[in-house]
Amino acid sequence: MLSDGDRIFTNLYGEHDWTLKGARARGDWDGTAGLIAKGREWLVEEVKASGLRGRGGAGFPTGLKWSFMPKESDGRPAYLVVNADEGEPGTCKDRDMMRWDPHKLVEGCLLACAAMGAGAAYIYVRGEFYNEARHLQHAIDEAYEAGLIGRNACGSGIDCDVFLHRGAGAYICGEETALIESLEGKKGQPRLKPPFPAMAGLYGCPTTVNNVETIAVAPTILRRGASWFSGFGRSNNTGTKVFCISGHVNRPCNVEEAMSIPMRELIETHAGGVRGGWDNLKAVIPGGSSTPILPKSICDEVLMDFDALRDAQSGLGTAAVIVMDRSTDVVRAIARLARFYAHESCGQCTPCREGTGWMMRVMERMASGRARVEEIDMLLDVSKEIEGHTICAHGDGSAWPIQGLIRHFRHEMEERILSYRSRAAAA
Amino acid sequence: MPKLTVDGIEVEVPPGSTVLQAIEAAGREVPRFCYHERLSIAGNCRMCLVEIRPGPPKPAASCAMPAGDNMEVLTSSPMTQKARKGVMEFLLINHPLDCPICDQGGECDLQDQALFYGADTSRFEENKRAVPDKDMGPLIKTTMTRCIHCTRCIRFAEEVAGVPSIGAVGRSEHMEITTLERAVESELSGNVIDLCPVGALTSKPYAFNARPWELRKTEGIDVFDALGANIRIDSRGSEVLRILPRLNEEVNEEWLGDKSRFAHDGLRRQRLDRPYVRRNGRLHPASWGEAFEAIRKRMEGRAGTDIGAIAGDQADAESMQALKDLMRALGSPHLDCRQDGAAAIPGQRSSYLFNSTVQGIEEADALLLIGCNPRWESPVLNSRIRKRWLAGGLQVGVIGEAHELGYRYDHLGTGGQTLRGAAAGRNRFCAVLKDASRPMLIVGAGALARPDGAAVLAATQRMAELNGLISGDWNGFNVLNRAASRVGGLDLGFMPGEGGANTGGMLSGAVDTLFLLGADEIDLDGLGDAFVIYQGHHGDAGAARADVILPGAAYTEKPGTWVNLEGRVQRSERATFPPGEAREDWAVLRALSDVLGRPLPYDSLPALRARMGRANPVFDTQDEIVAAAWGGAVPAGRIDDAPFASPVANYYMTDPISRASETMAVCTETFLAAEARNG
Repeated sequence: MLSDGDRIFTNLYGEHDWTLKGARARGDWDGTAGLIAKGREWLVEEVKASGLRGRGGAGFPTGLKWSFMPKESDGRPAYLVVNADEGEPGTCKDRDMMRWDPHKLVEGCLLACAAMGAGAAYIYVRGEFYNEARHLQHAIDEAYEAGLIGRNACGSGIDCDVFLHRGAGAYICGEETALIESLEGKKGQPRLKPPFPAMAGLYGCPTTVNNVETIAVAPTILRRGASWFSGFGRSNNTGTKVFCISGHVNRPCNVEEAMSIPMRELIETHAGGVRGGWDNLKAVIPGGSSTPILPKSICDEVLMDFDALRDAQSGLGTAAVIVMDRSTDVVRAIARLARFYAHESCGQCTPCREGTGWMMRVMERMASGRARVEEIDMLLDVSKEIEGHTICAHGDGSAWPIQGLIRHFRHEMEERILSYRSRAAAA
Repeated sequence: MPKLTVDGIEVEVPPGSTVLQAIEAAGREVPRFCYHERLSIAGNCRMCLVEIRPGPPKPAASCAMPAGDNMEVLTSSPMTQKARKGVMEFLLINHPLDCPICDQGGECDLQDQALFYGADTSRFEENKRAVPDKDMGPLIKTTMTRCIHCTRCIRFAEEVAGVPSIGAVGRSEHMEITTLERAVESELSGNVIDLCPVGALTSKPYAFNARPWELRKTEGIDVFDALGANIRIDSRGSEVLRILPRLNEEVNEEWLGDKSRFAHDGLRRQRLDRPYVRRNGRLHPASWGEAFEAIRKRMEGRAGTDIGAIAGDQADAESMQALKDLMRALGSPHLDCRQDGAAAIPGQRSSYLFNSTVQGIEEADALLLIGCNPRWESPVLNSRIRKRWLAGGLQVGVIGEAHELGYRYDHLGTGGQTLRGAAAGRNRFCAVLKDASRPMLIVGAGALARPDGAAVLAATQRMAELNGLISGDWNGFNVLNRAASRVGGLDLGFMPGEGGANTGGMLSGAVDTLFLLGADEIDLDGLGDAFVIYQGHHGDAGAARADVILPGAAYTEKPGTWVNLEGRVQRSERATFPPGEAREDWAVLRALSDVLGRPLPYDSLPALRARMGRANPVFDTQDEIVAAAWGGAVPAGRIDDAPFASPVANYYMTDPISRASETMAVCTETFLAAEARNG
């Protein structure tokens, strides 16, 4: 178990003062100017060396992403955009960070801006997060007042503004380019890539979009050193990570743990175990609703990190562990997710707009058994016609849960269909 | 220059090209719906997905992917084919497949591509989506259930037309293309019908009229403004059923104004289909012989100086040449092709041409509009200005009425006073023109068709000289003519001869016998008891005043030559025959010349055209521009202080055909009358 001294988020449960005074007492804003003084290159290299991978789901190496920003400005300003549009079902980590540790994020914004030569950070907060936005705005105001951000931030000589923007509740606005569109005041629809945001992002300027957690852990990494952070977890999967454990566990929680912790240990140590004991486990969605479901046989051994879960044909995603015990109707559960993804498709590109609705309808029939066994293969084929053919990853995210279900629970779908048939025949 | 291979074929494409362009350069095909050369790239239909190596193990949208060095593009690999088939299946699951009752049938991208790339059966067993239809006004019929959300119409409205009034609301499968619940307020709105790849947006006036394979397609030239847009006239039997734009990069690209596209139903109404002769104050049907005889009687013994002729705005060059020859044979110096009396210097082409050329607009970096409303006087030309403006770096100034033009401009003043100051260099825009490398000015009939028009012309010419608009290879002086016949008439010298009266003079008593060649937009009240011969195709103002009516052919009913505002000679073919006893105009004049005893020296169209070439060698050219030499200003009087007023009060009704058109009447009601009533 991760020792308390190694936790980055020391107020994740809101037990202490979340304002500037409390944050300072916990070590935030300590020597920030000194870190900035070490220069852009050092900041980026240090984050690279820490092995930090993006915490928003895709797991792209953060230091590498930061290094894509132009070293010399061509006259355009550069921006940092923080993705706080946390909407992936099962995920609730950014929310508590903003609520109880907002200064980590604000300080992270300053350091990330310094590392990328960005003059401003925009934090796009999910519209439903009212209190989170309130706390965060309070923290920003405090930081401005204390001279920590704004002109000559922390006395470092650089200027950095931080703006908070509240979204309006569309899941797709958590996709980085849709978020940028929304931030610009347009309809939240993902953009075509290339060009990537680092070349032309917000208002056509070089932009990096990072998850809240990615930015919020940066100050601590820089303060404690890359090697401290990379000491946790397996190689290429380093650091600590906030896991969101929900579903059929005794104590659902957010918890910061070392990467590569075994899933079973994670659930049993921090969430009080599966309801009715480990053997009552049926399946786990390991990284937020878009990652494929894993049956108990895999959950027994699998480690919670990017590579291990990828090898298990799923993914770490946002590390939102959704636990399902034997009482769960997994077909209905995935049908519900299919409905979510159909509802949240932006409607821009064909495979996702048309395909998610189709999959939703077939899944709903599957859930009640009103289908034919051959339709399972058809459904799988349709999901593959969506996957990889869309503008953004929403198409993939809507296809994966269904692919996972068919991969591991096909027998249950078939049984459902056959039993419906026999009941219908009897009637 | 990136070098890449497409299906093994090596191609080299200009930097900045997309993979789709590279595929086309290699002569391979790639299906698409949302991609359109003239619109921004949306990449949303996903039909153009192709496999690209090296790259991620998924296909990429070729329309949006920049072509890179050493790329290997595969347009028929299993991955590409699977992607296409999948996208086609998705497009069809919620498409109604009501082709038998869809007007797009036979010319539908979805139909064609489904045939080539789709599956033969559907696996979709759910209910299909139904979408409520939207109000897009009197020209565009909507069947939104058929929409495949390619967003071409949205992008056209926003980018080309400059009216962001089409948009998408909702998301997921409930996303709908919609408007502001009223007609699209653009003179270019009809183009979305051409752009729509399916039958979601179709032509309302043409609804259920014909199938494309029943139509005879004729290449023509538009005459509703002076741009000379290239059109395709689709006819069945004796009726013109629709008019579509033809591609001409140098003129109209592939756009067409709504009047040019939809006014053709006016060709079926108010037609003059037989000669008439006025007896005892009333017009009576007559034979050709009787009509000619009535003219002969009137001309007999009459001095040529008592006879005049005015050519209308849609007259073809052939009939103007024939009429001019006839008038000269009769000894008349009174000729004019300018109904509005706009100033022009005869023989000095640069004084009445759009010298920068339409395509030249795209090079301009400063533009001064004087007394014109290009949006109504030539909407397609205006879209070219907007295109240039959108590209950035074009500063626009306006002297005249402040209209919504689709681009931002500096409103310098309303009339003569401002122009006088500008001509003397006392205007903030003079510096803009001087600093520009390709400055241009456009002066319209609102400034030139006034009593002080000659002074305005001289002042603008002088401005052009003083502010660097005229240089070696650039002529930034442009006249925005409105009449399709104007440049042709001026090139042929259809102008007052020695001692001849102009339009104003003829209409106020200079002649007692007046020949009107399709001239209806003039005030005939001052003619007194003059004898009026009207040759034309519609029973409009001119015919109502006429003593003899000679029924002629409309622009779709004769092979004709028109010279557009740039001086481009263009030929139009005959799509249908004129109704009843009406005949081609030059042939009517040729026959009349026999009766009058002064036979014209040509019996065929080629001979007449050869005659035109001798009159002005420009008529020996076709579809090309001969740059006009700069003539220089001829000082002429003082410019009046009065504001410049646009000559077009109603875009939708400017000529006999559009005034007879029911569609244009509905447009007038929708776009202008309703607006006027609501203030």
